[in-house]
Amino acid sequence: MRFLLVEDNAELAEAVVQRLGLDGHAVDHAGTLGAAEDCLAVADYDLILLDVMLPDGDGREFLSHHRDHLETPVIVLTARSQISDRVGALDQGADDYITKPFDFSELEARCRAVLRRRGGAAKNEITLGEAVFDPMAGTLRHGGQVLDLRNRELRLLEVFARAQGQILSKGQLLDRLFSLEADVTENAIEVYVGRLRKKLDGVGVRIETVRGLGYRMDT
Amino acid sequence: MSGGVSERWSIARRLTLFLAAMVAILALVSWYMVTSFAREAAGRTQDNILAASATSIAETLRSEGGEIRLELPYSAFSMLGALSEDRVFYRVAVGDEVLTGYGDLEGPEATSGEARFATLPYRDVTVRAVSLQRIIQRDGAAVPVTVTLAQTRDGVQTIAAGLSRQAAVLSGMVFVLAVGIAAFAVRASLRPLNTMAQHLATRGPSDLRPLRRQGPPELMPLVRALNRLMERLGGSLRRSEDFIAEAAHRVRTPLAVVRAQAEIALHSVEEESQKQTLRRVIRAVDESSRSASQLLDHAMVSFRADDLTRERLDLPALVGDVAEALRPTAQMKDIDIALDMAPAHAEGDEILIQNALRNVLDNAIKYSPAETVVTLSVRNGGGEAQVMVRDQGPGFGQASATQLTERFRRGDQVEGVVGSGLGLTIADEVLRAHGGRLDLTSNEEGAGACVSLILPAA
Repeated sequence: MRFLLVEDNAELAEAVVQRLGLDGHAVDHAGTLGAAEDCLAVADYDLILLDVMLPDGDGREFLSHHRDHLETPVIVLTARSQISDRVGALDQGADDYITKPFDFSELEARCRAVLRRRGGAAKNEITLGEAVFDPMAGTLRHGGQVLDLRNRELRLLEVFARAQGQILSKGQLLDRLFSLEADVTENAIEVYVGRLRKKLDGVGVRIETVRGLGYRMDT
Repeated sequence: MSGGVSERWSIARRLTLFLAAMVAILALVSWYMVTSFAREAAGRTQDNILAASATSIAETLRSEGGEIRLELPYSAFSMLGALSEDRVFYRVAVGDEVLTGYGDLEGPEATSGEARFATLPYRDVTVRAVSLQRIIQRDGAAVPVTVTLAQTRDGVQTIAAGLSRQAAVLSGMVFVLAVGIAAFAVRASLRPLNTMAQHLATRGPSDLRPLRRQGPPELMPLVRALNRLMERLGGSLRRSEDFIAEAAHRVRTPLAVVRAQAEIALHSVEEESQKQTLRRVIRAVDESSRSASQLLDHAMVSFRADDLTRERLDLPALVGDVAEALRPTAQMKDIDIALDMAPAHAEGDEILIQNALRNVLDNAIKYSPAETVVTLSVRNGGGEAQVMVRDQGPGFGQASATQLTERFRRGDQVEGVVGSGLGLTIADEVLRAHGGRLDLTSNEEGAGACVSLILPAA
């Protein structure tokens, strides 16, 4: 998926680019509204992440200026208190907002929700055996049917799908799946892997247990 | 500053009192002047009649064979009787020799050709007396004859008293009329001030537009001062809002950098102890950012609750919006948000009530185990509108509702959940400000908490 990140803090932008890159997304970074205009003129994006306070203007003005002709959904990154800023951003035409500092899993969840609401313009399907997986839309299609996966199962599947043939340790999976919830043991991973295996039955992909190391998805 | 009481008196009362006092003084002065003019005029009339009568008596004096004779003319006394029924005394004397009349009547010292008047006591009454002297030739010698005529003053005083009474009645009427006009004038003059006050009082809490009303020129300095004050107030509100935004931006952006970097590091390090450290870093960042938002929310709630904007709220719509906003957060734990709505309306500040519900729902999601259901229901009945948030989490344990809504207080079932303890406090304050309440119940078996936001129905 291709993101446009409009954020003036270079360090945060770099971290976001890097972090979204880990999930296989391409992110263009614009430090100003002017740079964002330039990016929009030459490329198509699936989603725009827009900071509110920018050196050459207010992100919300950018929103109200573009709301009529911009197809791309916008998620506003705000640092303000929820009460004072939220309503304003949504009224200006943002699809959603997220408060800094944000949890990347939550950002991903919100992106997914926005894209689903907008009818899912994303084209980054991953073929898994006989099935087609769209991690952003959160769908797994197999033989004209959409398989019903819950959110964590989808996320687990995404981790495996992006690392096909690689061994993933329980610890790695734990961090991706539960980010920072307390009291989650590696047993929980076994439970979710078990469920996912059941749902993937007959699709043509397997999740193998590599004794002492973790799991590996093979087609 | 002087005078505690008069400073607190209303301007209308002050002006009316001043004007009334002034009118009273004027009425008294005019009454006094009318009375003394009346007395003087009546006195002068009496003097003139006395002088005329005395003159007509003196004119009858003549010398006849060495004796001085006179005839008391009837006309002289009829003139005196015309004024009133007062008693009349007279004395005609040559030197100390009394020719006729009351020997003990002592008039003023008479000089030739000029009538002299005096008010003096005579036989237990006060009389007005006139003396005049006429020179009569007797045996070739000029003999001065003194005619003294006196009259009691009852008639004069009756006339003066009557005039004085009429003057008093007139002055009283003028006083009452003038005070009435003054009160009306004061009220009419102060009307622009009252209109302005009403106009200001009916303004919304955030309406800081300058006053544009035309008024009397005396009010213009006040209007200008008010406008300047509102401008300054608006400016400082904007500045503090900008300041909060700026402060939040400056605090949260570095936190976001730290969090993002820590997450990246968490994915690249292999060793479990390092991962633990990074998880702690991230949790600390989450905690401080959450505290910061809730402190800001709490400040905002306290600020807004003083001056609520009241609008009619469609509760199912509001609940739906909040649920939609938090659904992605819930989905991360595979928590379903179930809605069970009945039509209900309440009156209040939409942003505050949204925030209250958001805090409660956020709590429910945070404390619920994965793959459970949080149910939002809206009910209406008994004059109350109720939004219930039920979860399948650990419940509230032993803590009482009062304890839970205290600032920075958290329940005893919160092991390992990031929170600041302000969520329920904020919700509670919002509901109280709206005349509602927050109801906390927890299932006996420990299977879930139920938080009800109760508002007066509208």
